[in-house]
Amino acid sequence: MNNLTDRLRINTGLARKILVSFLREEATRTGLSRAVIGLSGGIDSALSCALAAEALGPQNVLAVRMPYKTSSPQSMADAQLVIDQYHVPDKVIEITSMVDPLFEHVPEADTKRRGNAMARARMIVLYDQSAAWGGLVVGTGNKTEILLGYSTIFGDAASALNPLGDLYKTQVRQLSAAIGVPQPVIDKPPTADLWIGQTDEGELGYTYAEVDQLLYLLVDQRYSRDEVVAAGFAPAFVDRVIATIRRNQFKRMPPLIAKLSNRTVGYDFLYLRDWGS
Amino acid sequence: MTLLTLGLAQIKTKLGDVQANLDKHLAYIDQAAAQGAQLLCFPELSLTGYVLQDLAPTVAHRPTADDPVFAQLLEASRKLDVMVGFVDEDSRHRFYIAAAYLSKGQVLHVHHKVYLPTYGMFDEGRFFAWGDSIRAFDTPWGRVGMLICEDFWHASPPYLLWLDGADILLMQSASPGRGLDDGEQLGSARWVEHVGRAYASLFTNFVAHTNRAGFEDGLNFWGGSIVFDPDGEPVAHGPYFDEALTLAALDLNQLHRTRARLPILRDERTALVMRELTRIVNGD
Repeated sequence: MNNLTDRLRINTGLARKILVSFLREEATRTGLSRAVIGLSGGIDSALSCALAAEALGPQNVLAVRMPYKTSSPQSMADAQLVIDQYHVPDKVIEITSMVDPLFEHVPEADTKRRGNAMARARMIVLYDQSAAWGGLVVGTGNKTEILLGYSTIFGDAASALNPLGDLYKTQVRQLSAAIGVPQPVIDKPPTADLWIGQTDEGELGYTYAEVDQLLYLLVDQRYSRDEVVAAGFAPAFVDRVIATIRRNQFKRMPPLIAKLSNRTVGYDFLYLRDWGS
Repeated sequence: MTLLTLGLAQIKTKLGDVQANLDKHLAYIDQAAAQGAQLLCFPELSLTGYVLQDLAPTVAHRPTADDPVFAQLLEASRKLDVMVGFVDEDSRHRFYIAAAYLSKGQVLHVHHKVYLPTYGMFDEGRFFAWGDSIRAFDTPWGRVGMLICEDFWHASPPYLLWLDGADILLMQSASPGRGLDDGEQLGSARWVEHVGRAYASLFTNFVAHTNRAGFEDGLNFWGGSIVFDPDGEPVAHGPYFDEALTLAALDLNQLHRTRARLPILRDERTALVMRELTRIVNGD
């Protein structure tokens, strides 16, 4: 598998150049020159923040921390490291008073429902700040998360521009290290911090290093199920990941529109978002 | 010594805004002329932007003097020769991805893209008609052939242009950057530079490739315009990703020297190729 680890490696200088240019050009062509980012204390939002600060100037990137009452104080502290390093303006907007009234109505809600509600409350805050600050919401979802559906639709998956969506988590780590994201943020175990003690890899049941190699072969290299098993991946692991990718396709798509007319948005009304700009 | 100062304008475009793109063309033509360029090449669909989809029929123009856009470009071509990319609408209202070569107020040639990639991220065959001819043509700088992006991902169009007398291949692209790995360049840049160099070497020709810069949604266009001489050596190389005007001084007598050393063109057996192609096509 060592060879596979090598194949996931990227030219970080090239990635940085493309992603910084992407953020600058795609933000400014909308007529805006600012960005809003939800800073969690994790590596993905730290990297998005670093790229946006380089693209638009630190003074134009608003970092918003949105803790819930059970959020780890360590997350706040780690996000502070990012704010201090990149000199971006910041805000703290607690979501406890937004979501607790909902939870009082639905006391039976399990951790998944509560986590989704928190992710969507944060989306509401970010889009409100987007209007107030005059900046686009920059996303933080990486390719591993998007393929596995490890996000909340209309929650943390919502953004205007996503610089990380074609980088596996392993590659996010490589790029973060190359551009100098604070080391404690790189080293800590990834967590959505939706409940105490949660970690991504604990919840998923495998490590990012393992699943990124499998995803790379299945998605980027178009290996079949039998070919990845022959390459050494456990059949049960492979079948579980393939089923997860398929089951979460809905999170990667806009809502389905029922076709009635001759020309329907999404089917035969086809324009890029950059139409006319 | 016959020198040709060639300019490669790797521009960013506004998607679907022909007037804004025309203004940029005219500004680049003035800039290149001021720097001594005698021929200026623009990238694929330089007047319109690349991922046109349903915009295609609304941005089409005819390469004639009575078209308001081409009237201005033809006037500008009195300063220096120009190769532009545009959407051509024929008299039967079929839309083509097209390249026009303009010189001294005249349209010397129009090429319609023959190979329309319709796979993976590409969907050109859905929106455009395919071209049906590959012809070299005479210019003040010798005989030239034009190809558009996927046209030169196939070996036959540059081969046909070579046999039809083209000593200078002008290739234009709007190539989306892809294939990031730990190499020095994107995979797409590596591939295009490999084949450009290969065509220059195999045909003992000049090969000039002009590529788009900028973004359309999440697609980056990687620039990196490049010129190879008849020995396959790079003569000029534009920056990756950024908008730029790159000038290359071509010593056209290099054709004489290279072909004196390496008479591949002299020895090419076209009748044999024709015979075997006929047999293959007939399934004999």
